[in-house]
Amino acid sequence: MSEKKRLDLEYSQLDSDRMRLNVGPQHPSTHGVLRLEVEIDGEIVTEVIPHLGYLHRSFEKHCEKMTYPQIIPYIDRMDYISAMNNEWPYVMALEKMLDIKVPEKVEYIRVIVAELNRIANHQIAVATFGLDAGAFTPFLFFFRDREYIIWILEKLSGARLLYNYFRVGGLAGDTYPSFKEECLNVIEKVRKTNAEVMDLLIYNRIFIQRTANVGILTPEVAVNYACSGPVLRGSGLRYDLRKDEPYSIYDRFDFEVPVGKGEVGFVGDCWDRNIVRMQEMEQSCRIIEQALAQMPETGDVKANVPKRIKPPKGEVYMRTENPKGDLGFYIVSNGTDKPERLKARGTSFVNLSVIPEISKGYMFADLILILGSIDIVLGEVDR
Amino acid sequence: MLPNEIFEKLRSVYSDQIIELIENHPSDSFITVNASALFEICHSLRDEAFFMFDYLMSLTGMDLGENLGVVYHLYSMQLKHKIVIKAFVPKEQPKVPSVERIWRTADWHEREAYDLIGVNFEGHHNLIRILLPYDWEGYPLRKDYTAPEMYHGMKVS
Amino acid sequence: MENTNFLWDLMGKNIWSVLLVISLPLMFVLVYALIAILAELKISAWIQERLGPMRTGPWGILQPVAEVVKLIQKEDITPDQSSKLLYNLAPFIIFTGAYAAFAVIPFSEAFVPSGIDVGLFYVFAIGSISAMGIVMGGWASNNKYSLMGAMRAVSQLISYEIPAAFAVLSVVVLASSMNMQEISKMQTGWFWNWFIFGGPGSISKIWVIPFTVGLTLIYFISSLAETNRVPFDIPEGESELVAGFHTEYSGMKFAMFFFAEYANMFVVAAILTTIFLGGWNSPFGDFMQGPWWGVFWFIAKSFSVVLVQIWIRWTLPRFRVDQLMYVGWKVLLPLSFVCFIAISLFVMLK
Repeated sequence: MSEKKRLDLEYSQLDSDRMRLNVGPQHPSTHGVLRLEVEIDGEIVTEVIPHLGYLHRSFEKHCEKMTYPQIIPYIDRMDYISAMNNEWPYVMALEKMLDIKVPEKVEYIRVIVAELNRIANHQIAVATFGLDAGAFTPFLFFFRDREYIIWILEKLSGARLLYNYFRVGGLAGDTYPSFKEECLNVIEKVRKTNAEVMDLLIYNRIFIQRTANVGILTPEVAVNYACSGPVLRGSGLRYDLRKDEPYSIYDRFDFEVPVGKGEVGFVGDCWDRNIVRMQEMEQSCRIIEQALAQMPETGDVKANVPKRIKPPKGEVYMRTENPKGDLGFYIVSNGTDKPERLKARGTSFVNLSVIPEISKGYMFADLILILGSIDIVLGEVDR
Repeated sequence: MLPNEIFEKLRSVYSDQIIELIENHPSDSFITVNASALFEICHSLRDEAFFMFDYLMSLTGMDLGENLGVVYHLYSMQLKHKIVIKAFVPKEQPKVPSVERIWRTADWHEREAYDLIGVNFEGHHNLIRILLPYDWEGYPLRKDYTAPEMYHGMKVS
Repeated sequence: MENTNFLWDLMGKNIWSVLLVISLPLMFVLVYALIAILAELKISAWIQERLGPMRTGPWGILQPVAEVVKLIQKEDITPDQSSKLLYNLAPFIIFTGAYAAFAVIPFSEAFVPSGIDVGLFYVFAIGSISAMGIVMGGWASNNKYSLMGAMRAVSQLISYEIPAAFAVLSVVVLASSMNMQEISKMQTGWFWNWFIFGGPGSISKIWVIPFTVGLTLIYFISSLAETNRVPFDIPEGESELVAGFHTEYSGMKFAMFFFAEYANMFVVAAILTTIFLGGWNSPFGDFMQGPWWGVFWFIAKSFSVVLVQIWIRWTLPRFRVDQLMYVGWKVLLPLSFVCFIAISLFVMLK
């Protein structure tokens, strides 16, 4: 059969009034190089097929050729929006394998930078979600505030985005003298902007109409698809690793886990996923405040770590609460200074897999919002 | 529930399909099972009232020399316990039953393991490559993999 | 013709005066579009606590000129599989539609390019030409996004034309004229003579004021939809349709769309000004009243309306396509009916 004929046959199988549309890999709202093959019936989405891999950088293959400390910069490049949080499960996994107890001060600084980075991540998430809905102004408000957070992280690590700050058994460097005041200043600014955005965007009538009852993700489906982070909590499940299996020193802080309550629509719609992020920013502010108050003034920022990191034969799966959800690293060691196998369980990768399930039957404009509410980073999806 | 209790429970039902439990602190403990019975074992792990492993954290394919391995990290949202299940299959015939119908999240994980390691998941509804181009040849995460020189006339690496 | 043209008289009724009459609004549109683009850039920047363009000229005031120069220099891309004739024609038709409406807009007591008696009718008729241009451009681009954008644009334009027409018709009932110049003349005097406040008349017009204010808002909302501005910019909804019907256009043809959008904004603002906000009349009786001051008042009022449009754009998110239709057919249309009937009753019983 000639090529022309074959195509004709395929098209004839389609309903005459359905259209196949390629959203991406170059498209303003796919948040990177994601390609969604969408079948639409007028404006209604009937099928979504994600095609991944446009940003695949062979992360896992690279790791097998690297020594353990050399892998940390690569991990930054997975979820480049929240690089600090990415490094944490990896170094924790190695610390568990090597049986290293990190100093008290390191734990506090790690908590503070991770929560600062969580705020920055959620700011981008809410900002781009608003942009998908057509609201441009909150986007720039958030980016203005995120800059202050980035300045702090830059002063700590020397980099704006890809920090390479965590080390096995410690950190790359200590804090600087005005660290505390600057953090408190930033928290104040974050709270002010959040209050403003609540008025401007979140409780805007049009925004509520656009996002309420759209992309409803029921808790059962969310768990079955192993969603995590704000996507799962937006469905009303109170599941946060910082509370459920407190790693590091999270059991010392008093904070709440916000969940979606279906305030303006059904539980688990786009609005719920978004409001969870807004509320989590406030909780992160609270954690930072407490951590700053409790943090010891002096102390080492590096535990006693062997010069060459050679974990004993064995394997560890370590996961932490990334801003986007559970980030897990499965490290198999063969006793040398290079991992036998390193698997990263990308949060966005897993959360994105729910898209075909929850976007059917909504309008094409809603599909963009659903994608935005899931908050993916393609660096982590494709690795 | 601790790993050894889970192991005993599974042993009492599936007897010799459950091969061994390896506990080796500080590593995670894991249970090795026979690949042919994997689907039934996973099914009871999800549905039995004392297991309730409703959350598949991660699914990893591994190259272990002459064998390929698949590692399942399970978590229970209700009972808050974890377990690691492993299954090994020979490299020549890497057939593992798909658990996609048990945990839908396994869909993409299995496609990734197929893509990078070459594990053949039987019963998967759409086992195609996910991260690499659809017409890529070979399984890059295998230890004996050599990258091709050219791909569609473009130089690789 | 009763409403003889000021320039026609002034220049001795020759062909040059006609050309001048045609080209004056064109000059105005071009200059205005540059100013409006700058206003959009600057106002959006101030709303978002930025500085906006600062490098081209003092405070960046030459930025729109730079953008036009950039657009002229750009390669003019025509998609391979497009329908060339329609593709190339569409931007001109859209711009013509926007520009032709200037023919009946009374800039001042003494200057209206063409004082025809069915001015308002003409504006609505000519306004639909841009819908045709949008469909042509969207279809001819041979791009699915463009096609969807064009379909959305047409359904939106047609839906929102009805409430807008009812708002205008109510004023026609009140003024018993479709001549925009006469409607302007009627509103001479203090600002309570404007049709937003019920038009000229005795104190009994107080009953009609709520309806005329409502109609002003209805017309304003519909005009946002007709010019594809936020929150009704779904034909070019950036987040889903990339750029809607003009996705494939580049260079000068894109600039035509761009200019047409701003020209359209001014046209709807000018109609709103003429029929509701007193046209070229000073708000304060005889204070600063006159042919030259008229131009000032008219442009000031219209430009204020344009500024409000810009302000709204940078504040609100965008509607979805079904919600847009809901607002158009189920909210604005019945409301405009009610206002129209109330005003008709008032005129009958007066």
